[in-house]
Amino acid sequence: MEQQKNNTIADKIWDFLSSVKLAIVIFALISLTSIIGTILEQKGDPERNLEILTRLFGKFLAPTLFTVSEKLGFMDMYHSWWFTGLLVLFSVNLVICSLDRLPRIWKLVHEPIGPLPEENLRKFVISREITIKGKPDTVKDTVASALRKARFHAGEVQEEKDWMFYAQRGKYSRLGVFITHFSILIILIGAMIGIRFGFKGYLNLPEGDVSNVALSGTDREVPFGFEIRCDNFNVDFYGRSDMPKEYRSWLTVIKNGREILRKSIAVNDPLTYEGITFYQSSYGIVPGSLGQGIFVFNTISRDGKSTTVNPRLGESFQVSGTALTAKIIDFSPALRIDEHGHAATYANQMSNPAVFIEFSEGGKNPFSGWILKRHPETWQLPDGSRVEFIDYWGVEFTGLQVRKDPGVWVVYFGCISMSLGLFIAFFMSHRRLWIKVVEEKNTSRVIIGATANKNRAAFERKIDKILSILGKQQEGGK
Amino acid sequence: MDSSLFFGLSTMAYISAMMVYFTYVAFKKSQIGVIATGITIIGFISQTFAIIMRWKEFADLSGMGFLRSAPLTNLYESMVFFVWCLILGYLIIEFKFKNRSFGAFITPIAGLALAFIDLTGVSKEIQPLVPALKSNWLLAHVTMSFIAYAAFSMSFSTGLMYLITTTEKRSESAYIFWTITLGLFAVLLVSMGIDFFTFKVKVRPEIFIHSYLFRTSFLHSSSVINIISYVLAIAALVLVWRYGYILRTVITKFNVTPDMLDEITYRSIAVGFPIFTLGGLIFGAIWADQAWGVYWSWDPKETWSLITWFIYAFYLHSRMIRGWKGKKVAIVAVMGFMAVIFTYLGVNLLLSGLHAYGSR
Repeated sequence: MEQQKNNTIADKIWDFLSSVKLAIVIFALISLTSIIGTILEQKGDPERNLEILTRLFGKFLAPTLFTVSEKLGFMDMYHSWWFTGLLVLFSVNLVICSLDRLPRIWKLVHEPIGPLPEENLRKFVISREITIKGKPDTVKDTVASALRKARFHAGEVQEEKDWMFYAQRGKYSRLGVFITHFSILIILIGAMIGIRFGFKGYLNLPEGDVSNVALSGTDREVPFGFEIRCDNFNVDFYGRSDMPKEYRSWLTVIKNGREILRKSIAVNDPLTYEGITFYQSSYGIVPGSLGQGIFVFNTISRDGKSTTVNPRLGESFQVSGTALTAKIIDFSPALRIDEHGHAATYANQMSNPAVFIEFSEGGKNPFSGWILKRHPETWQLPDGSRVEFIDYWGVEFTGLQVRKDPGVWVVYFGCISMSLGLFIAFFMSHRRLWIKVVEEKNTSRVIIGATANKNRAAFERKIDKILSILGKQQEGGK
Repeated sequence: MDSSLFFGLSTMAYISAMMVYFTYVAFKKSQIGVIATGITIIGFISQTFAIIMRWKEFADLSGMGFLRSAPLTNLYESMVFFVWCLILGYLIIEFKFKNRSFGAFITPIAGLALAFIDLTGVSKEIQPLVPALKSNWLLAHVTMSFIAYAAFSMSFSTGLMYLITTTEKRSESAYIFWTITLGLFAVLLVSMGIDFFTFKVKVRPEIFIHSYLFRTSFLHSSSVINIISYVLAIAALVLVWRYGYILRTVITKFNVTPDMLDEITYRSIAVGFPIFTLGGLIFGAIWADQAWGVYWSWDPKETWSLITWFIYAFYLHSRMIRGWKGKKVAIVAVMGFMAVIFTYLGVNLLLSGLHAYGSR
């Protein structure tokens, strides 16, 4: 760079902030500190982090390292003042670096292309020369059409008997790098909008319950301005395994006492209302509710008559079309029969809901047993009728991530423009070429000089293609 | 007939192609080179077949439709796809630069990666998808990430070759860098190999790393063996450092100029970087946003891909603006790929040993 030494403080600060060296130092600092953040559990249990440090550095060093990293904010480093500071410095550097270089690039983009002296053409890295039969006045048309075919809109001037062509393409591709840099800024601005005007929270909503707030952080309640109700929650499993295939919540949005919207959500398929989005995230059993739910059974008689009943634990119901009375004795959310034939609950999730029912008919107890929701073969009763276990409702909660982020569209816009900028920066180039047609005795000499700011080899191939067109045209013409 | 037959065929093809490429480099007979390329192409075609078949098997089994059933959902499948991209990239380079010698560098990576999956207990079963993975973003995000990884691994090989061919003195820092890098890779592979043959276990890689890795050497219960292992490891590093020049004489036989290596390193990164940004970071963020409502949460996988991104951004800037060429940027390219390996394998395998990642 040819620039005079700047001595004012403002200039020095500008030079410091626009230096690539600073960018490299920031890259390195962000990367290195981030590594620590991936090793220590962020916002995690202090004891776990102490354990991790002990495993890595031994019992002796761990407590000291723990205190040091806690003091420096490494336990929640991505939100610490110094990491935020690094990100701010990064964006300032990005802006100033770009602004510092923009005028020069802008000039290159807007510099009009014009004729060059013949000897300059030979100095280009890509330089070719051929001789073609015919006077320049005829050869010039061949050259012009070859350039058109290569999609170059060339300017032309006559210099005595010679002709000069000049053309350029993709001059705006030089701006790709700026688009990329400013996109990063747009993304960071979008992130800031989200932090400032949005919130992230969670909500564990039991089936049948209504809520108008989510919990953000440890105990901050964020109101929605409307209510959300969980009508139902269900998990589907893969075959007989306990691996969930899909979990789904049926939600209803209620505003001013009126039901506005109903939608079932699953992972990757959220619900959005008034800028607030509800994501299916987890599920579980509401503590202390195992005995409180409502069963949904379909009882079907031998001749196919079906009735739905909704008893609770300990209650009795009639099996439709029979004189059978069924009494619900016991319930297990995850039933397993061990090798001794004892029933046991193996999980604290509704992995394999089962209900123990005692059937009676006129004071006698002909049969009793476990009926499992996930195993239809247990629904069949010995007398030919069936009790279908449809649901045990009101026991599970659905775990929802709740988010409001007005900045997300800014972030998405930044992502799109960044992709565009990268594509332009890496896959397009500014190509310029000059062609001189010089008269000789009975022939014309064609001299080509060309330059590209990127991917020179590809441009070289293109030039050779133009040359081969010229060669062929000439043969065809004669 | 099922996909595993063709997967086996492609593994064998790559390993035999590796040997033929070695012979080619040694004897420089162009017929041998043609045979090597032919075998590689056969391996590539059968691997393509295998991937398509597995895709179809998965779609039939899951009933989720073709687009969502891309076989890219676990370590085994992603490794297979990585090898596929790598071979494709290599074949393109062989065609463009009319040079077969790289084959001797690339086919071993392909063959070893596939053999590694066979040796370890990485599950090859078609596994059902957890709900979070059921998304149309899976296909776009994972394919583009791995295309970028393959491009980066190409730049790693050429960058390393560049360092090997251009460093002369043992005191040079670039020489020390590549010998130590290569030496560490060798030490790690050998000690892991000893673990495998001692314990003869086939378990999930997470469990292997957690309870078996280095238990025959650095982490053996006897401190004598510990010390011997460390001494041997250091001896190995010194040995590679001392005799590294032998590799240089081998690679100079490849008929590649340092300029060409530098050019391929740069071009691979110039292709890999935008693809990684779009497919890896941006698509990953959009997907996370759809699934969990956070487009960026600084979890280890995200953070490590950002670190990788920074390293390659550093490479590009130092080359374009500072005009760095040659050894300095080659070192950056090599380090970038180490970050890639850590993002791909290290985060899942090592950090998950520290804390349970992926449980959400």
